[in-house]
Amino acid sequence: MDIKEIKSIEHDVLVIGAGGAGLRAAIECSAQGMDTALICKSLLGKAHTVMAEGGMAAALRNVDKRDHWKIHFRDTMRGGKFMNAYRMAELHAKQAPDRVRELEEWGAVFDRTKDGLINQRNFGGHRYPRLAHVGDRTGLELIRTLQDHGIHQGFKTYMEYSVLDLLKDGEKIAGCVAMVRDTGQFVIFKAKAVIFATGGAGKAWKVTSNSWEYTGDGYAMAYEAGAELMDIEFTQFHPTGMVWPPSVAGILVTEGVRGEGGILKNSNGKRFMFDNIPERFAPETADTEEEGNNWLKGVDGARRPPELLTRDVVARAIMKEVKEGRGTPHGGAFLDIASRQGADYIKRKLPSMYHQFKVLAELDITTDPMEVGPTLHYFMGGIRVDPDSQMSKVPGLFACGECSAGMHGANRLGGNSLSDLIVFGRLAGIGASEYSKNLSNAPTIDNGQAEKIIRNATDILNRERGENPYLMHDELKDNMQMQVGIVRTEEELLAGIDKIEEIKKKFANVKAEGASQYNPGWHQALSMRNLLITSEAVAKAANLRKESRGGHTRLDYEGERDEWLNVNVVISKAGDGEMRVEKVKRKDPDPELKRIAQSKIEDLEKEIGLES
Amino acid sequence: MKRLFKLWRGDSTGGDFKEYETDVTEGMVVLDAIHKIQAEQANDLAVRWNCKAGKCGSCSVEINGVPKLACMTRMNEFQEDQTITVNPMKTFPVIRDLVTDVSWNYEQNKKIKPLKPRPRDADGEYRMMQEDVDRVQEFRKCIECYLCQDTCHVLRDQQQKDKFVGPRFMIRLASLEMHPLDTEDRIPEIRDEYGSGMCNITKCCTVVCPEHIQITDNGIIPLKERVVDRYYDPVLWLWRKITGNKN
Repeated sequence: MDIKEIKSIEHDVLVIGAGGAGLRAAIECSAQGMDTALICKSLLGKAHTVMAEGGMAAALRNVDKRDHWKIHFRDTMRGGKFMNAYRMAELHAKQAPDRVRELEEWGAVFDRTKDGLINQRNFGGHRYPRLAHVGDRTGLELIRTLQDHGIHQGFKTYMEYSVLDLLKDGEKIAGCVAMVRDTGQFVIFKAKAVIFATGGAGKAWKVTSNSWEYTGDGYAMAYEAGAELMDIEFTQFHPTGMVWPPSVAGILVTEGVRGEGGILKNSNGKRFMFDNIPERFAPETADTEEEGNNWLKGVDGARRPPELLTRDVVARAIMKEVKEGRGTPHGGAFLDIASRQGADYIKRKLPSMYHQFKVLAELDITTDPMEVGPTLHYFMGGIRVDPDSQMSKVPGLFACGECSAGMHGANRLGGNSLSDLIVFGRLAGIGASEYSKNLSNAPTIDNGQAEKIIRNATDILNRERGENPYLMHDELKDNMQMQVGIVRTEEELLAGIDKIEEIKKKFANVKAEGASQYNPGWHQALSMRNLLITSEAVAKAANLRKESRGGHTRLDYEGERDEWLNVNVVISKAGDGEMRVEKVKRKDPDPELKRIAQSKIEDLEKEIGLES
Repeated sequence: MKRLFKLWRGDSTGGDFKEYETDVTEGMVVLDAIHKIQAEQANDLAVRWNCKAGKCGSCSVEINGVPKLACMTRMNEFQEDQTITVNPMKTFPVIRDLVTDVSWNYEQNKKIKPLKPRPRDADGEYRMMQEDVDRVQEFRKCIECYLCQDTCHVLRDQQQKDKFVGPRFMIRLASLEMHPLDTEDRIPEIRDEYGSGMCNITKCCTVVCPEHIQITDNGIIPLKERVVDRYYDPVLWLWRKITGNKN
């Protein structure tokens, strides 16, 4: 291979990943005058953002005037078990409404209130109806709006390119090497800054709502380049994934079903969530079915039903029912909307759920209850970034959306992801543009680094024989599902880590059959490195954090523990190539933000009432 | 149960159907079977997919001759002894196996003038009534699977891609033209550049749409009517001349 024959392309900023965060970041970079590239593994508009259903959370106050950024902020912090970066949760709650209005100006058509404003729906953990939505296809609306607006903003899009690794000039980012999936050819991208919007790594688990793209590419590449990963043990298992038929197990059933009044029952017909209300949420949760029903009817003073508790709580409760023998025929819980709303209403508010169950499970959700169970859905942790600029420890490397850490703490509220994408996508765009403008010397590419990356990739094709990448992936998924699942113990985690080591050895000898042109076997093999690094990070961080909080549950260390509230688990690559896992003390939060987060809801509402 | 599949294998230079046999279990869709064959027998079999729930529109192929999403086509739709034949979409050039080059569609989208919204109300809000956005929301359900483009005979059989943007983009145009906030005028290019007259309303596109959008009735026909009103109705022509009103 002659490196000089490899195509080279130069831009100011590269945005990797074209879901909501990547698209919003690219739009912002263009607006800031940067020559910008958007690079994505799939076709434009197909990223996992299209799977988001319920809505995007923003205190627009269209449905309930009592809402306010402070209440949204408080809900977010409590949902995140106070592990969130306070500053990020603040920026998010304050800026989300303007970002939603901006989408409307770019063509998004949200469902309307009677007064013609953007309608907002209830969702788990949100005190007021807060989620701007379009039926149950809000993610599609978001991505299509950004796509149709974005293609006129001047950035260049590279579709079906896999980025393999970052290039550096000394400590700083200099670009990346990518592979064109159609042809198998390599491209060297030169740039001043790189923004990762690469999403999570659900594909390390067997039961997940994530598509093939979610292989932890951003985590692994950032880690290899010297960035830190933070709080990566906090993995969200969405409580309601499909459990049957087996081939679709894990596919998401929107929380919107519960937002529209859906209830959870066990095989005895009991609404078991009433027995699973954590102390922290008891004062704000209904304690009888009657009160829950009144809340749905909009009766003043009625508290929200426990089905709308945060996702970690509901997922664990379903697990418990199944474990104790009260599960459904296929090992889940019943989710019933049929007895709660009329068929026409269900079809109008939840059309894609209706369609999904009708086709994939041959079940009519307007007459029968669904069977649902937990599915790996989202990474709260990720690349550690500065809360204001979104820059990682590596100068010139930025991260936003699911691949970054901090915003959601130990557990993410439903609806806070879509708003996260547009708030922090924009901020990362500003951050990367500022950085690029202030860079005194353009970075130079080290051909040796690029050659090494390309050689590692082609070795997989050229080796005479070796391990099958698909079977290796199955082995990893089984391991993560069994040993690094919803509930964890030291024994299982250590066994899981051993197994990852074993698979890593096999990976060193992975072999893809066939040629380089659009070869899924090769693509699978290339993503295995990223899945392995991410899996190791999750397992090791989970083993270090000896408490249960949000998306991280330890059977051997039950309950939240104060000493762990003050530390983040931070992962980095040590000089000897080993994975370093350490406790890092958190910065003290801004006292005013701390006060708001810990206020009693009545006091905070009174304070807001006086302000307005 | 063992089932027989014929999958098209090849690239832009040519190819042929190859036979595979694989076990099919309850609840499987065609995409599951393709993935099983890929993992066990043909590691390099190229197929595009993402969400596996009919929401992203990536896995468009032709199954036993019908344009469909592989992820939403259940195996029990077919007779137990029926061979399942899968080939790539015929309207677009093949890249490899079941994957086609759909970049032409992205070029068409880029040509369409984006939304030009009216000013906000005095309080900074936009007000639109639900009944006024219902029809636009129907068009915005489109997942860009391009099955309508694949089945449209103007694009598929006549390959007149230079004369007609196809049903997908007629729907995109309808969603802009009927958007309550929009102030842009796209009627001249809908007639000339985008070729609204090329469609002879056979409704094949509506039949294959996995989102059940009434492409022809609710999208294309109203656009054709707007073109007719603009260019062929003398009374309206005079009215617009006097008032300056685009509709």
